Amino acid sequence: MAANLDQIFILLRNWLVSFLPAALRPAAGVVLGVIAIVCVFPGFFALTTVFERKGLGRIQNRIGPNRVGPFGLFQPIADGIKALTKEDVVPLSANAAVHFLAPLVMVVAVFMEFAVLPIGRNMVLVDMDAGLLFFFAMGAATELSVFMAGWSSRNKYSLLGAMRAVAQMISYEVVLLLSSVSVVMITGSLSLPKIVAAQDQFTNGFPHWYIFTPWGLAGFLMYAIAATAETNRSPFDLPEGESELVAGYHTEYSGFKFALFFLGEYLAMFSISGLGTTLFLGGWSAPFSFLPWVPSWIWFFGKVMLSIFVFIWLRGTLPRLRQDQLMNFAWKFVLPFTLLNLMVTALWRFMGEGWQRWVVCSVILVAAYVVMGRLEMRREHFGPRSYRYAE
Amino acid sequence: MSPIFYLLAALTLAGGLATVLLKHLVHAALAVTVAFAGLALLFLQLDAQFAGFAQILVYIGAVAILIVFAILLTHGADLPKEGVFSKTWLVGLIIAAGVFAVLGWAVLESVSAIPQQNTMPAVTVRDIGNALLDRYVLPLEIVALLLTAATIGAVIVAMHEKERPK
Repeated sequence: MAANLDQIFILLRNWLVSFLPAALRPAAGVVLGVIAIVCVFPGFFALTTVFERKGLGRIQNRIGPNRVGPFGLFQPIADGIKALTKEDVVPLSANAAVHFLAPLVMVVAVFMEFAVLPIGRNMVLVDMDAGLLFFFAMGAATELSVFMAGWSSRNKYSLLGAMRAVAQMISYEVVLLLSSVSVVMITGSLSLPKIVAAQDQFTNGFPHWYIFTPWGLAGFLMYAIAATAETNRSPFDLPEGESELVAGYHTEYSGFKFALFFLGEYLAMFSISGLGTTLFLGGWSAPFSFLPWVPSWIWFFGKVMLSIFVFIWLRGTLPRLRQDQLMNFAWKFVLPFTLLNLMVTALWRFMGEGWQRWVVCSVILVAAYVVMGRLEMRREHFGPRSYRYAE
Repeated sequence: MSPIFYLLAALTLAGGLATVLLKHLVHAALAVTVAFAGLALLFLQLDAQFAGFAQILVYIGAVAILIVFAILLTHGADLPKEGVFSKTWLVGLIIAAGVFAVLGWAVLESVSAIPQQNTMPAVTVRDIGNALLDRYVLPLEIVALLLTAATIGAVIVAMHEKERPK
């Protein structure tokens, strides 16, 4: 029973496909998988918008949306109808073709990322030998769409927002890649299902998730920072800083094209949380050895929603960084620490089993964190604030 | 030669042609991105996953972004008055034809030079990684050193000297 529930979507797919002639079955299976991804994740997007507005409301001591449906749960439906029926305004001087293509490129590239994520046991659309590489390749394509949107709008705020977004995404993409490399070094595979399978083991009832190792914890923290920056979320939301840039690169978008950008950003958040879950939090594996009867996809979506909650929590808590702080943080702290973490991972790999490697690796990472933090802070002067351009 | 190959080839060629024929610089940069994507898909169609994804990651994720940044930070995206097409296009055409002829000749020669293999060699990403860090580790390290030196050099050239406070 538990095994059937675990594989319910696979069984459902096989049952549906069995009505077709044998020649069409593989193609039909893929199409069904694509339909499932295209339906499920936008559904989560709708839920998350309500969840985010409610959560931010709680943090800021207000109620949040509560008019449409019970507890404001139908708010996304109202928003969707509004976006669909709004006039689609394209600025007269905008570059119409590029302006039209930008949201499409973004949404398509982000949807592609879900193709390699293992959502549950045996539940991956394409089990690719180089799945991790595919994920990052698709992520690279979204940068271009942001640039296309900002440039084609012919608006200084859009262009500034796009330049900021692209510079930020390129800087933090380096960290994102390097922090994932440590997982690849330990697993010895770029295939995401294999990475999950390597973590789906238990010792004394506790799982072998990579976050429970010194290098994994450091790598996960760096990955989380880079993921927040990569998805332009607060405190790294300078590209959309509404106090400076109106709305950043999608200032000149309205109606359904704006909704597509909105969808693309949230889907990118889901996919990057999903990848973080897969790499460090054990993907679909259960957190304790006595819990494997819970279906694997529940664990995956639970972990992803937990990450989304942390994103919302951060947005409600932290102030926005300044551009130079953002860049200094990326290149002077996060990147060196990630490189050091790669060395520590290699050390962990070759020290063999035993308690020694726990001590050595933890000591190196903590010492590096303290020393680098102190060195950075020593150069900061907390005197009266000075303005370079505003005087 | 499957129909997919012809579709991808047409896409790549269209991207390349659009790059040289479009008048607007940013449009040309976006068109060259289409050509890059077409090449990447061709690699994937040939079952070369690593080459295909590396093509997307490096060319679309980095080179295309670099090109558009360079356009925006130098000339601006506005059209020059005297037109964008070079006056020496004939020479350019001859050089391009020459390069194409040499490449095509080399490819056609290689068919007879290399013995035909009946089975397709299965090369995984793991094999490429092993080869890079085993047999070809010295060239890899040299390239890495060169790139690091180039990066540091670029930073030093771009760094403006700070005025010392008196």
